[in-house]
Amino acid sequence: MSDTKTSPQPADAAEGPDAERPDAERLDDVERLSTAPEENDAVPAGIGVLGWLRWFWRQLTSMRVALLLLFLLSLAAIPGSLVPQEPNTFKITAWKNAHKGLAPLFEKLQLFDVYSSVWFSAIYILLFVSLAGCILPRTWQFVGVLRAQPPAAPRNLTRMPVYAAWHTDADPAAVNAAAHRLLKKRGFRAAAGSGSVAAEKGYLREVGNLLFHFALFALLAGFAWASLFSGSGTKIVLEGQGYSNTTTQLDDFTGSAFYGVDDLDAFGFKLDGFTADFQTSGPAAGTAKEFVANVRYWEGADTSKQKNAKIEVNHPLEVGGTKVFLTAHGFAPVVTVRNAKDEIVYRGPTVFLPQDSNVTSPGVIKVNDYGTGPDGRKTQLALSGMFLPTAPDDFNETGRPVSVFPAAANPRLVITAYVGDLRTDSGLPQNVYELDDKAMTQLKVNGAPASVPLQVGQGWQLPDGYGSVTFDGYQQWANFTISHRPGNAVALTGAVAAILGLIGSLFVQRRRIWVRAVTAPDGRTLVEVAGLGRSESARTAEELAEIAVELQDDAPAADEPPGPDGPADDAPAAADSPAAAVPTAPETKE
Amino acid sequence: MLLAQVDTQLANLSNYLIYSAMTVYTLAMFAQVFEWTFGAKGGVAVRSAQQSTLAETVAASAEAAKGVRKVTVTVAAQGGGTTTLTRTALADAGATTVTSGRGDGGPADGVGPAGTSEKADLAGRIAVSLTVLGMLLHAASVVARGLSVMRWPWGNMYEFSCAFALMMVGAYVILLATKKNVRWLGLPVTVVALLILGVAVSVLYTDSEQLVPALHSYWLGIHVSTATICGGAFFAAFVATAAYLLKDRYEHRVAAGLTVRAANLMERLPASGTLDKLSYRINAVIFPLWTFTIIAGAIWAEAAWGKYWEWDPKETWSFITWVAYAAYLHARATAGWRGRKAAYLALLAFACWLFNFYGVNIFITGKHSYAGV
Ligand code: HEM
Repeated sequence: MSDTKTSPQPADAAEGPDAERPDAERLDDVERLSTAPEENDAVPAGIGVLGWLRWFWRQLTSMRVALLLLFLLSLAAIPGSLVPQEPNTFKITAWKNAHKGLAPLFEKLQLFDVYSSVWFSAIYILLFVSLAGCILPRTWQFVGVLRAQPPAAPRNLTRMPVYAAWHTDADPAAVNAAAHRLLKKRGFRAAAGSGSVAAEKGYLREVGNLLFHFALFALLAGFAWASLFSGSGTKIVLEGQGYSNTTTQLDDFTGSAFYGVDDLDAFGFKLDGFTADFQTSGPAAGTAKEFVANVRYWEGADTSKQKNAKIEVNHPLEVGGTKVFLTAHGFAPVVTVRNAKDEIVYRGPTVFLPQDSNVTSPGVIKVNDYGTGPDGRKTQLALSGMFLPTAPDDFNETGRPVSVFPAAANPRLVITAYVGDLRTDSGLPQNVYELDDKAMTQLKVNGAPASVPLQVGQGWQLPDGYGSVTFDGYQQWANFTISHRPGNAVALTGAVAAILGLIGSLFVQRRRIWVRAVTAPDGRTLVEVAGLGRSESARTAEELAEIAVELQDDAPAADEPPGPDGPADDAPAAADSPAAAVPTAPETKE
Repeated sequence: MLLAQVDTQLANLSNYLIYSAMTVYTLAMFAQVFEWTFGAKGGVAVRSAQQSTLAETVAASAEAAKGVRKVTVTVAAQGGGTTTLTRTALADAGATTVTSGRGDGGPADGVGPAGTSEKADLAGRIAVSLTVLGMLLHAASVVARGLSVMRWPWGNMYEFSCAFALMMVGAYVILLATKKNVRWLGLPVTVVALLILGVAVSVLYTDSEQLVPALHSYWLGIHVSTATICGGAFFAAFVATAAYLLKDRYEHRVAAGLTVRAANLMERLPASGTLDKLSYRINAVIFPLWTFTIIAGAIWAEAAWGKYWEWDPKETWSFITWVAYAAYLHARATAGWRGRKAAYLALLAFACWLFNFYGVNIFITGKHSYAGV
């Protein structure tokens, strides 16, 4: 029988630096399978500022602090999901009004702008400094590992986590040579030493890990680039209207440090038509099925070369370095206003902004050039009200006007009228969608505000002889976000590299295998094979067993002389004091 | 892009199928309870059963005549013990058989819920068959739901819940099919699946409908599919982690000579070391996919909203979950956190994920308003 067996060896080999080891035993090169830095917590004793700085740097780049910073980062991200954030001023104001007591404190703590707050930035900047301080030395060290040979077999192989041994009659040198060949064939980097072979495989794990951590920098760089060099604005365009990309035409614009109003790409487009299609039945009636804006666009200032395009949700239009997104839509009622002298003083569509999912849209029509009122004095007129694309069948003017469907199936315009001073000439910026009624009076009938629901084509004779209003029809408008954001490619590359790196880092197993064939005191050849994996994994043992079995082609196990414990009796391990090999820390590996 | 009308017949079929699946899972659960209960009778036999397998191995190796090459590899085990792994190679046939068993190292894996009782084993086999049947009905329901609207069947929370419960049961069945010793997972998996589906049909249910235009994108197929797989896997890892914590406590109390409860159940679970490794493996395998899910989401957001990252609550909580899982992996890989400490981290990360799915959709409004509740 050629059964070979060793007595189980207690092993205390660890696979990485372990800050928790009470004896703080430093692992020698042989057992280091990670380029993770070693921890050293010793507080410097009286070496002044420089010493403390060094200590501080070591702390910052230590694993414990990296872990702490990661925790802090996830903790710090939480408030931003609970408190409304910039640039959503509308919600912020609502929140502040609802929590008057807390608002100033929250303001001070930058809780309305968590992700660019001082404390959030501090955490991630520290994390990235720590990362740099960790990753650069590791890279050098890894380069060193690649240039050196796998570390030579340690004296005592039985201390390795996986181990096997047997006796053979083959020549030790031949066995070592065969082992070297075998390991090379299996894709190991193998180095023949004196009387032993050292081999290592799975460097991709380290490569992957470094790649992953570097990729995080690429992601950050992409983010930074985007936030320094991007800008975006919005524009409401009526069907049939055109737009050219300049700030004067934009409804609003947010730039950044290096992207201002002068940097806008030159292009333009014309909205030929907008279609919205909705679910008409079932419980989700009114849910949108599709929105399409049909446009003709041109690049540069030359409007003659026009191309057709469709802009849909999820399908922006790309022109040069700019993308045009379809973000909202609504209606613009078309009205004609006649003054007291029956002259047309206003005619056209006015954009009303939707306030709910059925596009109930409040709005204001401001007639600046009304002329003189029935009393002969100069005045201005405003119509304030709601456009309902689909008014309920039993709609009456007393109820709160609410649309029941988002498409224009039964359109109504519910308006009241004001006369007086619109204060548009006061020099103060005014919201075109809101009425400043401080200097205006509402027209009344029998003491109650006059209000009418108009169907398309209907007219309304204003009270007190102020003229008339006709509801001629409506147009649709679409809101576009025009956005220039560079750095996406960098961030995306970083993201892809991060995933690839992770896969390498988590799925590749880095391990070392040593084979040593020597002439034992009894004259026979003792073959020892031992393995060390980066993490405890059954695969290392399996692999070692396969290698051992294959090696027996060249080093067939000899029959063991009768003895209680087989060859292990004279294996070098047995000579070691067993007590010395008793593990000290139970938590050394996974 | 114009969408097909909703096929109400198929949508109804999908509903019937999900209820049938739940019924079958319930039956499977009863069979599993039966298995655990009857398996208890064999509890005393556990040790001797192990000894007999060991004895068999010894006998087999004694039988192995000349010409059989055999290598025994000693493996240092967690806690300082060792395990051995024996490889034999038949010299003439060239065949290699692997006998790997735990030696005198740490506590051995339990024999599984059925113990040594044949009755319990039969119940267990019935439970496995029922679980597979339930899974098929469940899968058919998800497919019918998708076909009823001709799109990916994960457009709202109800559909998403059904899908990841399916992924979890699927993960369990795949592990079983690869002959892994995971029958013990059956009971927690069916219980969790029933809970998810119960909440889905009672609280989250929404009729089969077309999606809002923001969800018309092939990224729905990519981003949400991977999110679903991650969801199922995170649940499975959670079950393993929880089982680890219970078993670890049990082993420590046994080692300290303290009184233990439910010893009978605990004995049949795998060793704490095995459970710990299982939960780590699932989390480690799924972490790159979760990373991918977030990135795919960011690419989609770029196409839909013009910015790939806006700190929308859903994005924020995905990020928090990601960092929490990264911290867990980091702690294990670098800080030497093992066992319970790491397990608590894994639970924390899972809690973040759970909140991201249920909490954010229900309590916080953001752009990810697909919840439909
Ligand atoms: C920016 C946030 C960071 C993230 C998201 C992150 C993520 C990860 C992940 C997921 C792993 C697990 C890979 C594995 O198990 O092999 C890992 C490993 C590692 N990380 Fe990080 N990390 C970050 C920052 C850092 C920092 C600041 C340091 C150094 C101070 C660092 C050093 C390491 C080391 C040494 C390893 C283990 C390498 C090995 O296993 O050989 N990481 N990191």
